[in-house]
Amino acid sequence: MTTLDAGPATNAPIDPYAAVSADEGVIDRSIFIDPAIFDQEMEQLFARAWLFVGHESQIADPGDYFVSRMGTDSVILTRDAQGEIHVLLNSCRHRGMKVCRYDLGNTLQFTCPYHGWSYSMDGTLVSRPGELFGVPQFRGAYGGRLDRSQWGLVPVPHMYNYKGFIFASWDSDAVSFESYVGEFRHWLDSLSDSMTGESAGVETFDGVLKWRVRANWKFVAENFLGDMYHAATSHASVEVAGIGPSGATGSRHGLTSAELSKRRARQHSTSFTVLGHGATDAADEERDSPVFDGHPELTEYFAEQAEIKHDRRVAQGRPLGAHGPATLFPAMSFHASGFPRTVLVVHPISPTETEMWRWFVVDKDVPDNVRQWLRHYYMRYSGPAGLTEQDDMENWNYATDASRGTIARRYKYHYGQGLGMNHPAAVAGATESDSWSTEENARNFYRRWARFVAGESWQQLMTEES
Amino acid sequence: MSGAARTAELAAQVADFFYLEADLLDERRFREWLDLLDDNLTYQVPIRRNVARNMLAETENTRAGEGALWFDEDKITLTKRVLQLETGEHWAEEPVSRVSHLVTNVRVVGGELPLVETSSRLLVYRNRVDTETDILVARRHDTLRITDAGPRIVHRHVLLEQSVLQPKNLTFFF
Repeated sequence: MTTLDAGPATNAPIDPYAAVSADEGVIDRSIFIDPAIFDQEMEQLFARAWLFVGHESQIADPGDYFVSRMGTDSVILTRDAQGEIHVLLNSCRHRGMKVCRYDLGNTLQFTCPYHGWSYSMDGTLVSRPGELFGVPQFRGAYGGRLDRSQWGLVPVPHMYNYKGFIFASWDSDAVSFESYVGEFRHWLDSLSDSMTGESAGVETFDGVLKWRVRANWKFVAENFLGDMYHAATSHASVEVAGIGPSGATGSRHGLTSAELSKRRARQHSTSFTVLGHGATDAADEERDSPVFDGHPELTEYFAEQAEIKHDRRVAQGRPLGAHGPATLFPAMSFHASGFPRTVLVVHPISPTETEMWRWFVVDKDVPDNVRQWLRHYYMRYSGPAGLTEQDDMENWNYATDASRGTIARRYKYHYGQGLGMNHPAAVAGATESDSWSTEENARNFYRRWARFVAGESWQQLMTEES
Repeated sequence: MSGAARTAELAAQVADFFYLEADLLDERRFREWLDLLDDNLTYQVPIRRNVARNMLAETENTRAGEGALWFDEDKITLTKRVLQLETGEHWAEEPVSRVSHLVTNVRVVGGELPLVETSSRLLVYRNRVDTETDILVARRHDTLRITDAGPRIVHRHVLLEQSVLQPKNLTFFF
C-alpha cells in the first residue's frame, strides 16, 4: 500500500511564512479555509493594501456617488460639490448605521436613517467634505458640546486617481500608489488607455455585476494573475460554443488555433517578484488584432486602432504588450486591452465565500456599432451568466469545499510548475517565464501574501525577502 | 364567443405554453425549447439596483441596449449556450443540476393578435451536487406571437428579485 506524505495534524495557529513554501513549490491548504488566517488577511492585507474602488466615469458630476467595498468594509466613492473625489467609510460615527444603502445616486448630504446625523459633501458648509454637519437636538440634547469636526465620516488616508481608476488604502503608512504598482503600471495603462493608446481614454458601462461564490478569494486573484494552465480544461466547452470575435472558427479571444499556437510560442508570463502583481503576458508582447466573423468593418476598425496605438507607443518609447489577464496584488484582476476588457474585484466575505464585482470597460469615443458588439461580447464572456466564467466559479467553489476536509487539509497544494524556468523580464522588478504556462506568478503572489499577512512593515515589504 | 371568453381562452393558451416551456427546460430538452423562440428573439435580464425612490424609473434596472445586464442577447447566443450544455465538459453543469421552473400569475396584459403581451411570475429552483441550492424569483414580461404551431416567444424581459446575485452562476434559462 502506498502512503502519501501529509502535513501534521495540528490545530496550532498557522504561520503564513511556513504555509507558503514557494521555493519547494507547495502551499498549505489551510490558508484557503482557515478563519484565523482570514481575520489576519483582513487586518494585515486588506486594511493596508491599495485597493480598486471604482472608476471616475461612475461619478461624473458633483454629488454623484457609488457605494463600493474595501475588504469587508462598505465605502462611498463620491464627488463633492466642488468636484473633488472622496472615499469615505459608509458607517455613521454615532451607532454605525450605513449612511447610504443605495448602490449609486446623487446627493451632497448623507443622512443616517437611525438618529439623523448628516454629513455634508459641500465644502462651503463644512471644513472637510464628509464632515458631520447636522445633529438633531444639537443644542438641546448635546448642549452644543459635540465637536462636529471630529465626528465626520472616516476618509481613507490615501486615494489615488490613476487615469480614471480610483484606488485607496486604509493605511496612513502605505507607500505611494506608484511605488506599490511599480512597472506593473504598463498593464494598468493598457486598461486605462483607449484602443488607440490615448491616456485615460476609457469609461465603464452602466451597471456593475455583483455576485457571490462559495470560494476563497485567492482562487480568483490567482486565476487572473497568471494561470494560463486552467484554460484548456476549464474552458473547453466555451470553445466549442465559439463566443469570440471570429465565432466558431476561433477562440473566445478571437484567435484561430494556428494563431493561438503562434501566440503561445512567444508568450511569457510576467511576475513582480517583490510587489506580487502578475500578468499572463509580457510587457513587450504585441498582439494581432482579431479577425471578426461576418463583421469586416470591425476587423478594419480594430486594426486601425491598433496601428495608431502601435505608432503612438513606439513614439513614446513604451512597451507594446501588457494585455493581461493580470492581477494587481491582491484583489483587482482585469483583462487589459480589448478582448474582452473588464475589471474583476474580489471582496472577501469569509474564508469560503467571496463577492465578485465586475465592471465593463470601453473607449469613451467608440462608435456605437463597436460599443454594442463589445457590450454583447463582454456579457456572454464574463460574470455569472458568461459562458467562460461559469465554469471557473464551479471549480473555485468545489476546490474550496474539498479543501475543508480534516484529512484533505493536511495535504499541501502543488505549486511547482515552472520552478527555476524563468528569465529576467522586459520590465524592472519582474521575472518572465520560459514557457507560456507557469506557477511562478502564483509563487510570488503568495510570497507577497505571507509577508503582508505576517504583518511586515512597509519598509520591509518594499525590499527583497530577507 | 364573447370578448371576455376569447381573452380567457387566450390566457389559458398562454399559461399552457409557459408550462410546456417549463417542462422542456426542466427535462433538459433544450433544442425543443429553442424551437419555441422566434428567430428575432430578444432576451433581457437586467441588473437590479438599490436607488433612491426618485431615481427608480431612471436607474433601478440597467437598460438593454446600453448597460451591463445579466443577459441581453438573441437566439444565436442562447443557441450557443445550449451547445455548451451539450458538450459534457461544461463543468458548471456536470453533473447536471436539478432544476424546476414554476410559472404562475399568468396574465394577458395587451397586444394585438398575433402578438400577445403577457405578465407572469417565475420561481426557478436549482439544486446541484449535494446541498448547493438556489431559488430565484422573477417577474417576467413576454411578447408572444401566436402561430399555427402555437405561441412563439418574440421578446422576453425578466426582472430577477435580487441585486447581488446569490447563485454563483446562471447556467439555466428564465
